[in-house]
Amino acid sequence: MSAPIIEFKNVKKCFGETVIFSDFNFKVEENEIVSIIGPSGSGKSTLLRILMTLEGIDGGYINVAGESLWHMPWQGQHVPANNKHLHKMRNHLGMVFQHFNLFPHMTVKRNITEAPMRVKGVSRAEAEEFAEKLLQLVGLADKADSYPNDLSGGQKQRVGIARALAMKPSILLLDEITSALDPELVDEVLDVIRNLVKEESFTMLLVTHEMYFAREISDRVCFFDKGAIVEEGEPEAIFTQPKEERTKAFLNAYIGQ
Amino acid sequence: MEFGEIVSVLLQGAVVTIQIVAMALPLAVLMAFSFGLIRLYAPTPFKQIAIVYIEFFRGTSALIQLYWIYFVLPFFGITIDAMTAAVVALGLNIGAYGTEVVRGAIQSVPKGQYEASIALNFTSSQRLWRIIMPQALVNMIPPFGNLAIELVKATSLVSLITIGDLTFKAKMLADTTLQVGEIFGVVLLFYFVMAQFLVFFIRRLETHLSKGLGRGGLHS
Ligand SMILES: Nc1ncnc2c1ncn2[C@@H]1O[C@H](COP(=O)(O)OP(=O)(O)OP(=O)(O)O)[C@@H](O)[C@H]1O
Ligand SMILES: [Mg+2]
Repeated sequence: MSAPIIEFKNVKKCFGETVIFSDFNFKVEENEIVSIIGPSGSGKSTLLRILMTLEGIDGGYINVAGESLWHMPWQGQHVPANNKHLHKMRNHLGMVFQHFNLFPHMTVKRNITEAPMRVKGVSRAEAEEFAEKLLQLVGLADKADSYPNDLSGGQKQRVGIARALAMKPSILLLDEITSALDPELVDEVLDVIRNLVKEESFTMLLVTHEMYFAREISDRVCFFDKGAIVEEGEPEAIFTQPKEERTKAFLNAYIGQ
Repeated sequence: MEFGEIVSVLLQGAVVTIQIVAMALPLAVLMAFSFGLIRLYAPTPFKQIAIVYIEFFRGTSALIQLYWIYFVLPFFGITIDAMTAAVVALGLNIGAYGTEVVRGAIQSVPKGQYEASIALNFTSSQRLWRIIMPQALVNMIPPFGNLAIELVKATSLVSLITIGDLTFKAKMLADTTLQVGEIFGVVLLFYFVMAQFLVFFIRRLETHLSKGLGRGGLHS
């Protein structure tokens, strides 16, 4: 088996006095789809944000695609990464946000083409051609010239997905991408992800509260509580025969709703 | 004195006032942006210099600043003509207030915008100039508009360092002709028209810059 594409080793993360991860270990294989479920405040978003380099770590190591994410070699030592290293590492990763975070001053098309053109130096023609393809994939080919504020929540999030894909990341991070949406808009966004993984293989790490979605799409489900993985395994096993009391309680609370 | 003559003298003064505004405003904007960005992003010693500038010019009166630049600096071997002194004093004064406008507007851009631009791997300068600044500019326009009007009003101070601006001409005319009603009526109208011109221009700018941002909504 090849080396995992993501590996957390003894990672420590605090916010001031609050310890989120004290000694966190976690691996994701290439092309594996991993869902993270768990109660609010358990550190799910923090995990993704650390990978996207939006949050630093206070100890341990993280490897992404065979290289250290938050450290780099320097004069035979391992030192904290500088901007250049982080810039290189971010090329592996893409993220879709709960609140979309589209650029409101740019059209949908420019939201999608701006980063490939400015960051990767892709030509405008090529970037726009790819944007068209992506907009077709997310079912918004007719919205290329709209501004984000003229779209529904579901449409915004589909643009958010297209924008992340435009950078061709090998790892896609999805943080509760449907939880800011009205219930009737959830499926149009989830369908995009369903189609995406049917057509291409992706390494995907998703935090979700849509249990049925986690169950159908994941190779593995991790139940998180208080900064630790309490239980993990194949979705069928986690959802039908959870072993840990905390997992059972959490899932019962969800089904109860 | 005939009304037409009064208007023509006052117009000469108005031209001087407009010249001062036209030169002091770009200086103020330049100061506002450079020191606003320094306050946000520069290393601490530069930040401290910016804070001294801002607090000094906000914390003392514009008239005294003008006197200092025109009357006191010559004692230190720096002699500048009245017009330059007026532009520098007013530009630095309004610029100090503008600094806080720039800083506030940049900080009011939602955090999610920074995060998305990091996730898309923009460099820090691309982040600032392509993502944050275009949104911050829209927030800056109304307060900058107020400052521009403040500037127009503050130009009347320059009459006290012998510049023949609108206020200077008005006082001169009033002293010689005693037709105070007509004179100050016209003066009032002139200042008002200048301010309204700025308001019009600022509205146009705001409409132009807020493309796509108009229809509100925090989560874009
Ligand atoms: N920037 C921050 N400063 C201080 N505390 C933070 C910060 N970000 C997160 N936290 C805290 O860290 C803990 C974990 O947060 P995180 O957002 O990772 O939880 P989560 O599992 O994603 O929860 P949710 O399901 O509500 O999104 C929470 O207690 C949160 O209050
Ligand atoms: Mg979260």
